Amino acid sequence: MSALLEIRDLRVTYGFGPSAVPAVRGLDLTLESGSKLGIAGESGCGKSTLALALLRLLPPTATLSGQILLDGEDVLAMKWGRLRAVRWAGASIVFQGAMHSLNAVHRVGDQIAEPVLLHGHATPAAARRRAAGLLEQVGLSAARVDAYPHELSGGQRQRVMIAMALACGPRLIVADEPTTALDVMIQAQILRLIEQLVADQDISLLMISHDLAVLADTCDRLAVMYAGRVVEEGPARAVYDAALHPYGRALSAAFPRIGDPASRRAPRGLPGDPPDPSALPSGCTFHPRCPVALDLCAEQDQALRDAAPGRRAACVRIDAPVPAEPLS
Amino acid sequence: MSGASTPGVVREAAGGPLGTEPSGRTARAASGTRAAYPLYVAGKLGGAAVSLFAVLVTSFFLFRILPGDPVKAMTHGTPTTAEQLATLRRQFGLDLPVWQQFTDYCAKALTGDLGMSYQFHAPVGELIAEKLPATLLLTGVAVLIYSTLGLWLGTRSAWRNGSLGDRLNTGVALTLWSVPAFWLGLLLIIFFAVGIGPIPGMFPTGGMSSGDSTGFGQVLDVAHHMVLPVITLVAVGYAQTLLVMRSSLLDEMGGDYLTTARAKGLRDDLVRRRHAVPNALLPTVTMVFINLGHVAAGSILVETVFSWPGLGGLFYQALSVPDLPLVQGLFVVFAGAMILMNLLADLLYPLLDPRVGR
Repeated sequence: MSALLEIRDLRVTYGFGPSAVPAVRGLDLTLESGSKLGIAGESGCGKSTLALALLRLLPPTATLSGQILLDGEDVLAMKWGRLRAVRWAGASIVFQGAMHSLNAVHRVGDQIAEPVLLHGHATPAAARRRAAGLLEQVGLSAARVDAYPHELSGGQRQRVMIAMALACGPRLIVADEPTTALDVMIQAQILRLIEQLVADQDISLLMISHDLAVLADTCDRLAVMYAGRVVEEGPARAVYDAALHPYGRALSAAFPRIGDPASRRAPRGLPGDPPDPSALPSGCTFHPRCPVALDLCAEQDQALRDAAPGRRAACVRIDAPVPAEPLS
Repeated sequence: MSGASTPGVVREAAGGPLGTEPSGRTARAASGTRAAYPLYVAGKLGGAAVSLFAVLVTSFFLFRILPGDPVKAMTHGTPTTAEQLATLRRQFGLDLPVWQQFTDYCAKALTGDLGMSYQFHAPVGELIAEKLPATLLLTGVAVLIYSTLGLWLGTRSAWRNGSLGDRLNTGVALTLWSVPAFWLGLLLIIFFAVGIGPIPGMFPTGGMSSGDSTGFGQVLDVAHHMVLPVITLVAVGYAQTLLVMRSSLLDEMGGDYLTTARAKGLRDDLVRRRHAVPNALLPTVTMVFINLGHVAAGSILVETVFSWPGLGGLFYQALSVPDLPLVQGLFVVFAGAMILMNLLADLLYPLLDPRVGR
């Protein structure tokens, strides 16, 4: 398998000069073609910034550096025309459609057909047929092409959003909190739908969520983000069941396990708030909240390192040799 | 916006594991949508009728409070005996109790009879009909121009929010908005009608036509007379549309659906035209229609400065007597135009925003 998406040392900063706020601080990730990668983290860890950065959808106040190689081509180096061609056709995004990601004054069929017309050079009639077909693929009736978003429920709107993401046959779909704001039953339906569609159509998936359990359930691999960096990465089940980084452990312990009454009665949260990106703690950014922090954690930044076969983590307690020179 | 209703949410269909929905549901939902529109229209029509009645009541009593005895004013300068005054009063129905005057007035108004003018001794309806076209022409053209200009500049301003162009645009509009219309009109007359220094007088100082041309020549002649008053009305009026459009587009610009549109690969101008502007137009439409409602009332000051033979001048003459039937009639026409335009805006709204009135 080759890498469909390769992110190298991605940095995103909002604002300029002394008030600049780093949202993503040197992020490396690889998504193999045909696989599903989950990105987990609390609000403010930079995961949604990452999603928008992939297609350069961030506001002009954001500065990006590093490389985002989509099929070997650097998104950050693309000219505008090329970038517009890659948007949606190369990689599409499933936003939180349950909320405000659909345009309230256009019929959903027109909104789905829009990228088909733009990228596919289809006739309006063909694009409309395609929209109807896509709606059926996501389990809605084809007659819904004439519906307006407000006539649909949250789950139906999310299905429309998914149909829209499939419209141009992209190789990668980025799902940014696709099930947030949906109730649990609908959430499960939507997850199964996404899983089934990406498997059937051989699409790679990058799913972003604060819900580790959802990601572990859906994805092959899992990356845990904290304060703009990946702190742990590995096979989804392994990370969920036995995280190596203390933050990964805390995040997975926050979700009660089915069939394990002990975990349900005492779901452990993590004390403290996520760090303020404009005033990050020194050393390892997690040390103020870390239950197993050492003295040197306040001074020494931890890089992501190999921790086990196929697993990486950024923690001083990972048995890899600790660099000898502490920062002064 | 009284018409905004809570979006009717169709419940998620609980089907198989993927929740496919039965297709019959759609048909029902759609027919429900269509059935609601006539009800909405009926509601708006009823509201307009109530408003119109309120206008009749207000106009009648409001102008009864005005100082001055109309009969004395009519006979001003000519020696009149008390008997003659009494005859006149009886003739105009002014000797009757106020409530009876009111019921008479309402009954006649419903049949379109607005009474006889005291000073012109002609039916009020005819007097208004005679002057109405001139006013509709002048202010109609002006409102159309300044609404379009305001929408266009407001959109540009918001899309490049904070840029030099935006600040210049907004600054100029606000400055012109603060200018008194009659003063600007006088300046324009001095500069471009009378001519000053090297500038020749290019436009007529007032009136609607020179009266000696026919056919296409007459059209050109009227257009020539309209230039300065239209410029005055546009300059003073476009800022309002600009500011409303600008702020309503700014509100939309943070919208998630615009990120979706960009992610689809749409060009910036398509994101603006297809997605942002249709949503931002909604609050602005109401205002454009209110401006259209002002068309009948015209602009008394601008019509006076440019001696435009419209309703503004008529209203001024009627007020100075006071010519009660004429004042009331004009008041009803002005308010009626406003009610009509609001009604049109309400009826148009559901076509622009599918969430309203269904």
